[in-house]
Amino acid sequence: MTETKCPSLTLGPVYYLWDAAKWRDFHFRMADEAPVDRVLIGETVCSKRQHFIEPHLAEVVERLEEAGKEVVFSTLSLVTLARESKQVREMAEASDHMLEANDLSALAVLKHKPHTISPLINVYNAPTARLLANRGAKTICLPPELPFSSVKEIVAHCPEIDFEVFAFGRMPLAISARCAHARSKGRIKDNCQFVCGEEPDGLPVKTLDRQSFLTLNGVQTVSHACQSLLGELDDLVAAGIHSFRLSPQDCDMVEVAKLYRAVLDGEMGADEAIADLQKIYPAAPLSNGFHHAREGAAWVARARNLQAS
Amino acid sequence: MELICPAGTPAAFHEAVDAGADAVYCGFRDETNARNFPGLNFSREELKEAIAYAKTKGCETFVALNTFMRAGAEEIWYRGAADAIACGADALILADFGLMAHVAEKYPDQRLHVSVQASASNPDAINFLVDTFNAKRVVLPRTLTIADIARIGKSIRCEMEVFVFGGLCVMAEGRCSLSSYATGKSPNMNGVCSPASHVHYRKHGRDLVSELGEFTINRFPEGEAAGYPTLCKGRFDIADAKGYAFEDPVSLDVMGELEALKAAGVSALKIEGRQRGKAYVAEVVKVMKAAVNSPPERRGALLARLHSMSEGQKTTSGAYEKRWR
Repeated sequence: MTETKCPSLTLGPVYYLWDAAKWRDFHFRMADEAPVDRVLIGETVCSKRQHFIEPHLAEVVERLEEAGKEVVFSTLSLVTLARESKQVREMAEASDHMLEANDLSALAVLKHKPHTISPLINVYNAPTARLLANRGAKTICLPPELPFSSVKEIVAHCPEIDFEVFAFGRMPLAISARCAHARSKGRIKDNCQFVCGEEPDGLPVKTLDRQSFLTLNGVQTVSHACQSLLGELDDLVAAGIHSFRLSPQDCDMVEVAKLYRAVLDGEMGADEAIADLQKIYPAAPLSNGFHHAREGAAWVARARNLQAS
Repeated sequence: MELICPAGTPAAFHEAVDAGADAVYCGFRDETNARNFPGLNFSREELKEAIAYAKTKGCETFVALNTFMRAGAEEIWYRGAADAIACGADALILADFGLMAHVAEKYPDQRLHVSVQASASNPDAINFLVDTFNAKRVVLPRTLTIADIARIGKSIRCEMEVFVFGGLCVMAEGRCSLSSYATGKSPNMNGVCSPASHVHYRKHGRDLVSELGEFTINRFPEGEAAGYPTLCKGRFDIADAKGYAFEDPVSLDVMGELEALKAAGVSALKIEGRQRGKAYVAEVVKVMKAAVNSPPERRGALLARLHSMSEGQKTTSGAYEKRWR
């Protein structure tokens, strides 16, 4: 395995329903070309989708590991059915890989096994982070909603844990038992026929005044705006952040990863990288409002960042 | 089954007790509880007085400290827990693991309830909270069917409380940042959802447009009653079809399923509505108490009366009924 860089880059789980070949080829290319250190694999949004990636799981893991990437399996986010509980339990028992917990049931069954914590687990303060660390959490990816003041405070008080922040991608904002995506196409969750697969980058929700607002991804709602913390990487590294999560969108994620790596390595300025990022992913405006204790959809420009600091 | 009733003010608290509540839940006037609205909630003095009154009537008091502790300001929540216990709270309703750990360690005899905001939606999650923090009861998320609840009830080691009437979260509770995406204020961090401070109404031609932050949430033609712009109950435009994308402006009413909930092993029925006035609380508690105490065949008229008190009079069984999904 090649040496992991610090700060490192993590590729998050693909939230969207991509067809199996696209999902496989995406990971093959990330394995071969992207400067990411860790890759999260697994269907985290909807248990009905599980079977799509299963045929390609083994070959994707193999390709990623051969390329020196650490592979982490990520569990379901909303666990309500008996078969979903069983699946989380079996993953915890059988997996020879590190697991990422996306809900409380995973936390329960992973007790004292090394694991990581997803941004969907509510870690808002240091006592919670320490409690999870005492139960075996090695890395915690903090919730996108957290302002930088909280991030700094938590990291400063938990030196034993590696912290990660959600640095690129449409932000996971909500999850429901109800599938708004299926319902928008005249179906319900139980007879959905996987219509969410028709939008590999999510289905736009606009306001009645045609403002771009949210995005449906099956039972999950993500932001329309794309989180970008390129301009904040230096501050986050100085605060002790150990890794940055890039959440896959339907764009050239190899180029996205290269941009983040270049800025972290001091080879490229943040302003230039932000301009490039907008070209690589023109589908959504960039946002960083949560980091600056503003509304999540907001973009706080760099000049104001500098004035503020 | 116990009836757990909301109180946003000392006046509503008294009404709920007098109307026959088995327990009343309320919170302090700050960011420690998930109904942190202007003009609502209790000072230390008011809580002490309210609990003392409830005790004289054999009614319990649950204090909600169910937001997530702000990093570096944990003392506000710790003090809330200490004061609620000193005031005589029968249970604390908590969502944050750090706060649960603090209470379980410092006050091992204090009864701890798991807030709906903790998102414990399955037996492994619930038993984790029972084993780790000695939780005695879980308030189940509104993501489960009654069949799910019955199955969960068989394998958990604590009591179950479920929402039966009032406001309805469409999203899994405690896992929703929609409000802060639009306004910067969230249920988890600030105890508010779609806060009034960020609501605007404006006329557009003959339409009335409601906005939350910079986003249009709904548009009402002349003659249509304008509702509050709660984000997930707004009308949006998806693939050129306009409508309620997540949920209609409805409220929850599963009082028609009392027998099924009882059979599922539910211990307590919870009424949402700490933001409601004392007259509403008094009436709803009185009718619901009568309904719970009536034999099923004699509940009809009571449930009809209850139905007429629902928001906009449109109700849903929510996730308790499978086709809602």
